[in-house]
Amino acid sequence: MLGNFDFDVIRRALPYLFFEGMRFTLTLTALAAFGGLVFGTLIALMRLSSYKWLGRIAGFYVDFIRSLPLVLVIFWFYFLVPYIGQWLTGASRPITVGAFASSLITFIAFEAAYFSEIMRAGIQSISKGQPAAASALGLTYAQSMRYVVLPQAFRNMLPVLLTQTIVLFQDTSLVYVLSIPDFLGAASKVAQRDGRLVEMYLFAALVYFVISCVASFGVRRLQSRIAIVR
Amino acid sequence: MIEINHVNKWYGPTFQVLKDCTTSVAKGEVVVVCGPSGSGKSTLIKCVNALEPIQGGDITLDGVKVNDPKTDLPKLRSRVGMVFQHFELFPHLRIIDNLCLAQEKVLGRKHSDAMAKGMKLLERVGLKDHAKKYPAELSGGQQQRVAIARALAMDPIAMLFDEPTSALDPEMISEVLDVMVDLAREGMTMMVVTHEMGFANKVADRVIFMDRGEIVEDAKKADFFGTPRSDRAQKFLSKILQH
Repeated sequence: MLGNFDFDVIRRALPYLFFEGMRFTLTLTALAAFGGLVFGTLIALMRLSSYKWLGRIAGFYVDFIRSLPLVLVIFWFYFLVPYIGQWLTGASRPITVGAFASSLITFIAFEAAYFSEIMRAGIQSISKGQPAAASALGLTYAQSMRYVVLPQAFRNMLPVLLTQTIVLFQDTSLVYVLSIPDFLGAASKVAQRDGRLVEMYLFAALVYFVISCVASFGVRRLQSRIAIVR
Repeated sequence: MIEINHVNKWYGPTFQVLKDCTTSVAKGEVVVVCGPSGSGKSTLIKCVNALEPIQGGDITLDGVKVNDPKTDLPKLRSRVGMVFQHFELFPHLRIIDNLCLAQEKVLGRKHSDAMAKGMKLLERVGLKDHAKKYPAELSGGQQQRVAIARALAMDPIAMLFDEPTSALDPEMISEVLDVMVDLAREGMTMMVVTHEMGFANKVADRVIFMDRGEIVEDAKKADFFGTPRSDRAQKFLSKILQH
């Protein structure tokens, strides 16, 4: 099988794979991780809020999202939202939601749910005395969260957040169902065009594997370095 | 300065932690609160700056009603210093930043002013050389002195101490008590929950004895150590002073 393995097809496709495909994959990963972290933190704060109904809404959202297959939502969002948008705005045609925008929103919605659970654990890991000391100094709830609780929670949770981001990096390959040329999509396009399925899919797998492995190793190094001193 | 009037507090529907507590701390007065564990003394002091809500009665602090929903609690709390049993320094901030945070974010002081004030107070508690360190690099006694300096940086009108030496190794207790004695002698209004009867004997004006959520004894220091009126306070004192 490897006798007629054509390395040259990979070499010729490299610029396209990395400058188009990998760039899209990394952009989507970075933006989704950032958005997921921001909204995830908000959802975590809602869940821990003393207003019961806020916590219930956030809890429902997290359970709801986690009960749906990601691929399904990517599909659903891409094909149905233009019609819902049309119905909502009363436009004459389905509104256009670009493939990138629609996949980004989907991933942020998903990651927000996952990150929120991580942040919730992180916030709960901070002893009650810390926010009490912050309040006793006159800091408001928001200030105490911003300057005292969240920085510690982030630091405690950083390895887990980064590991979840590595999972997200792999999950972004699911956008290929929308025929978006992310890294996997680009590799698949070349594979179909040149009839070199084995080479391209093996190469794609290798790239995902190497990047994820290196990143995991980096996270482990970081973990031992930043372990908070108490 | 601090007025506590008929305060009642429950944990849950049935367990009453504070029963009709009434007392006061005048300006410049040092009041020590003692009593067996679970007697509600820590809870009482936490009610003074509303870290714990109360269900009945009134607490006023420098004329401001603490348990009024309209009271600006952050502002009120910024005016009274509090020192906790477990120090509660912020572990992710350097010592000097622990002292500056609230000065800048709550009082709106300039960074340079906050730093100057912070360094002055660190010098006062004998920890100037440790300003750039993180809390975990300091001993318990040093951390508690930083916590006192952090509270003083806000120029408080009164200081609340919640068992400030209970979590310390014996040889570190005196370095913290020394700072507190100095503070008392300078005329700071203080409410101190502690078992350190030596401290009480040295600087307290009044001693309050609590048991099962009630203020059993509230007397001038001389009366308290001389002839406590209640049996419970007598038993407590004899046990604690035995060794």
